[in-house]
Amino acid sequence: MTFEVAVTLRRGARRIDARFSTGAGITALCGPSGAGKSTVLAAMAGLVRPDSGRIVVAGTVLYDDGQRICVPPHQRACGMVFQDLRLFPHLTVAANLRYGEARAPAERRIVDFDETVHFLDIAGLLARRPGTLSGGEAQRVAIGRALLVGPRFLLLDEPLASLDPVLRLGLMGVIERVRDHFALPIVLVSHAPDEVARLADHVVLLD
Amino acid sequence: MALCRADDPLVMSALILTPGEWAIVGLSLQVSGCAMLAALPVAFALAWLLARVEFPGKVLVDALVHLPLVLPPVVVGWVLLMAFAPTGPLGALLERMLGITLLFRWTGAALAAAVMALPLMVRSIRLSIEAIDPRLEQAARTLGAGWLNSFATITLPLARPGVLAALVLGFARSLGEFGATITFVSNIPGQTATLPLAIYAALQVPGQETAVWRLALVSVVLSLGALVMSERLMAQARGAPRGAGGTAHDV
Repeated sequence: MTFEVAVTLRRGARRIDARFSTGAGITALCGPSGAGKSTVLAAMAGLVRPDSGRIVVAGTVLYDDGQRICVPPHQRACGMVFQDLRLFPHLTVAANLRYGEARAPAERRIVDFDETVHFLDIAGLLARRPGTLSGGEAQRVAIGRALLVGPRFLLLDEPLASLDPVLRLGLMGVIERVRDHFALPIVLVSHAPDEVARLADHVVLLD
Repeated sequence: MALCRADDPLVMSALILTPGEWAIVGLSLQVSGCAMLAALPVAFALAWLLARVEFPGKVLVDALVHLPLVLPPVVVGWVLLMAFAPTGPLGALLERMLGITLLFRWTGAALAAAVMALPLMVRSIRLSIEAIDPRLEQAARTLGAGWLNSFATITLPLARPGVLAALVLGFARSLGEFGATITFVSNIPGQTATLPLAIYAALQVPGQETAVWRLALVSVVLSLGALVMSERLMAQARGAPRGAGGTAHDV
């Protein structure tokens, strides 16, 4: 199994139980808002520590409370695209893209800078600041930044929300190309049935 | 018409500072500069702690930091005097460990200026740190940056406008510092007699009106310089991208 997740998290009064084992390709994480989908992603990225359980990705144990393993976020080699993107406002698009690339060990890289820029069609944006980008442009830069980390897996938190229909279709194509081109396992949080129907190889329902 | 001409030797000599006045200006800049060097790391650490960390006694720390802002400066000077006198707890320690004393020295004047400027600096830096989205630091962590690295490359640069504003504000506050300084380290020409103290001393002596005027004008020029610089820094900060702590000047 590529993703083996079995965790319990407490967020305030809420208790989140997530249990799934899925194979390669895209795993869609669905469920009503407030079900804790983003929290589960944050736990997989190492930004939130679960109360108990186990997270294994492609054979690497990232978290196991029994074995007292909790790999810190910067060593998990996970490419995360946040729902709110979180591009660095004080850096240019190029510097945003290079941020993760510069910190990734060379042997982990799956794609080089020029290839990424070409692949996502963002060459014209490199000198700009994130504050001046449109939604779709910022989205592609965030995906590029995550790819350049040399990730072993991708976590996409509602990457297509708040985009117009044409852009959504375009970005769905990008996500499919990322999956096929780089053979990266992906967990995708999504609300939209058409997205899940087109992209998901596995569907996990969280409630 | 007997207008003053700029190349009139009399006018020139009136505009040029005497060596004694230069010494006072130099001492003032030295004291304020060193006060900033000493206060900045402390102010940043306190600002970060107050902005980001929840700990027991936080209200107390917050109140203590703000105390110099609301206490009469003479009380702050007296507390410093008690602490750093040769028999005081900190004074005795310094004397024994390093063989130095701050009393009646320019270093003491710098300490007094730093303590008095600290609340203003902490407020300014704290506002700019609070304006930084901690989720940006999380993003940096997933991109391979350790905690310290994300602090140095995300938090610190985004807090820069607040830090610069704190430096200018603190520097201007230090240049004007009077009450705590004169109480703590007295008014000693060449050691602790900075501009305000030198003006005060000149006021005590009859017939020194010209000296007072000249030193007061120098004060105005220095303060205006600091103001202009802070305006420039603010304009720069406003030109910077959103989320970069643009509210830092609302102190």
